[in-house]
Amino acid sequence: MAGTTPPKTDDKPIIAISGLVNRFGRQTVHDGLDLEVRRGEVMGVVGGSGTGKSVLLRTIIGINRPAAGKIVVLGEEVTALSDAEWQAMQTRWGVLFQGGALFSSLTVAENIQVLLKEHTRLPRSVIDEITALKIRLVGLPANAAGKYPSELSGGMRKRAGLARALAMDPELLFLDEPTAGLDPIGASAFDRLIADLQKSLGLTVFMVTHDLDSLHAICDRIAVLVDKRIKIGTMEELLRDDHPWIREYFHGPRARAAGMS
Amino acid sequence: MGEEPGLTIAADGGQLRVAARGSWITPLLGRVGTELDRIEPRGATRGVFDLGAVDRMDTAGAWLIERTRARLADAGGDFSLAGVQPDHQRLLDRVKEAGKPEPLPEPPHHTLLDVVARLGKGTIGAFERGIELLNFLGAVVIAMVRVLLRPRRIRFTSFVSHIEQVGLDAMPIVGLITFLVGVVLAYQGVDQLRRFGAEVFMVDLVAVSALREMGILLTAIMVAGRSGSAFTAQIGTMQVNEEVDAMRTMGLDPIEVLVLPRVMALVVSVPLLTFFANMMALIGGGLMGYLLIDISPAQFASQVREAVSMWTFWVGIIKAPVFAFIIGMVGCFEGLKVQGSAESVGRLTTQSVVESIFLVIVFDALFSILFSYIGI
Repeated sequence: MAGTTPPKTDDKPIIAISGLVNRFGRQTVHDGLDLEVRRGEVMGVVGGSGTGKSVLLRTIIGINRPAAGKIVVLGEEVTALSDAEWQAMQTRWGVLFQGGALFSSLTVAENIQVLLKEHTRLPRSVIDEITALKIRLVGLPANAAGKYPSELSGGMRKRAGLARALAMDPELLFLDEPTAGLDPIGASAFDRLIADLQKSLGLTVFMVTHDLDSLHAICDRIAVLVDKRIKIGTMEELLRDDHPWIREYFHGPRARAAGMS
Repeated sequence: MGEEPGLTIAADGGQLRVAARGSWITPLLGRVGTELDRIEPRGATRGVFDLGAVDRMDTAGAWLIERTRARLADAGGDFSLAGVQPDHQRLLDRVKEAGKPEPLPEPPHHTLLDVVARLGKGTIGAFERGIELLNFLGAVVIAMVRVLLRPRRIRFTSFVSHIEQVGLDAMPIVGLITFLVGVVLAYQGVDQLRRFGAEVFMVDLVAVSALREMGILLTAIMVAGRSGSAFTAQIGTMQVNEEVDAMRTMGLDPIEVLVLPRVMALVVSVPLLTFFANMMALIGGGLMGYLLIDISPAQFASQVREAVSMWTFWVGIIKAPVFAFIIGMVGCFEGLKVQGSAESVGRLTTQSVVESIFLVIVFDALFSILFSYIGI
């Protein structure tokens, strides 16, 4: 973890990807993909099914090894890290997986404490208090702490997953379809929660999503996966783009319903 | 990563001054957390928390400062923060707004009373499970009759593929184990019987024990461990994925689609496996006879014919379909009981193996009583 520069004193991108290639068998998913995420922004990633949005996320966090390319996250080259260094990196970013991926044999509180117990030397009572604080921060009721994931609704599971992702106060947060499967009220509450936490905690958020409302509401810039590469821009820029898929995405009936065009 | 957080505490007159420095971020907070808890107002009525030298802060750090400030303020006195950077102020506000977190629920304690309560709960649970299992038996039998009356509804493909998995694929391991048990029985038999100069009766020992008990029991235990557990895990995982519910909404009966092909495949395969196991045990015994006391295979075979009647063989084989039915039923029953999580799949798989082996041995004992009663 050594060598981190404190936030906001540098303009270097927090994630820098260049020439990324991902292949599965004979199928090429990413071909020479470049992407930069700036510190403190909310980056939304969209793309059709099978364009490799989740693969991109998994590649950045080092679960999936790319065929070629250079990925620098928080100043470290992810593909060149040793196992121990990679493990140390895990405390500096938080990941919310699509289904929450909470450990089913642990309660919500225990799920959040896993990292705190593993990577800090805080006294037990302080860990408990921090856990309770995180539970409050993500808007879960206090009695959710002692419950097992199977006893929670889908929306609560996502919140618990977010609380776990935030356990170590990471600088960088990865979200994989955070609002998928939530009702519109729950989804917009979740959007507000992410935006709110992002501002008050100074997070950088990398978010794979299909939810046009989320894109509209909280993303500073949007990366579109088309033709095995990335087109990046703000909502206004992408609305003017004339790539056929991007036009259809941002000018389709659902986009109109979301009040974008 | 940053400088270790630290504190300087100074008290003069009625004023307490706490100066914090360094990076107040989660991984570094270990020591300073305890230090903060030790700060006492010591009669000070006013205090200042100086955060001017704090270079980084996260929610955990903000929370530690905020809780200490609140604790000292509660003890009486005016306690304020000073030199707060705007970024940190936002965090402190956020944490303050979330309020004092309610304590986490206490993990359950285990007192003597709990032990007794658990014993009672376990006993009642065992009875309830017994009743549920009987219910399930009824449902399976009804489904079986329904399907046999309309044979078109037999899931033939599934049935055959399960025969391959539970029967054919089990042959190497079942064969190897029973062969080795035949070897062991023969070896021990010769060793013990030599004292009476009756080594040759080793053949009787191997033949009777293998055909009546060993062949079928070992086969049943192997099948329970191999296939009963697989049934529970397969059906349990489908249950977690809501596949079983999906099946119901399509008008398919899970018992007919999932349970019957598996149970029937076992009922067909296990007797065949048992026959194979018996033969392997005899081959193992025969080999040891040849090596230890020089009985030729032909001699061995003819002595086996003298030692056992046809019934000795049938006693083993008759039990096979019954045990197979028990194993299949328990495996599927536990699988369908899975709820919610992956952990439940694991727990019920263990339970399914333990329960089916237990029931197999109970039924083996009942069979022994029955056979001795009717004199075979």
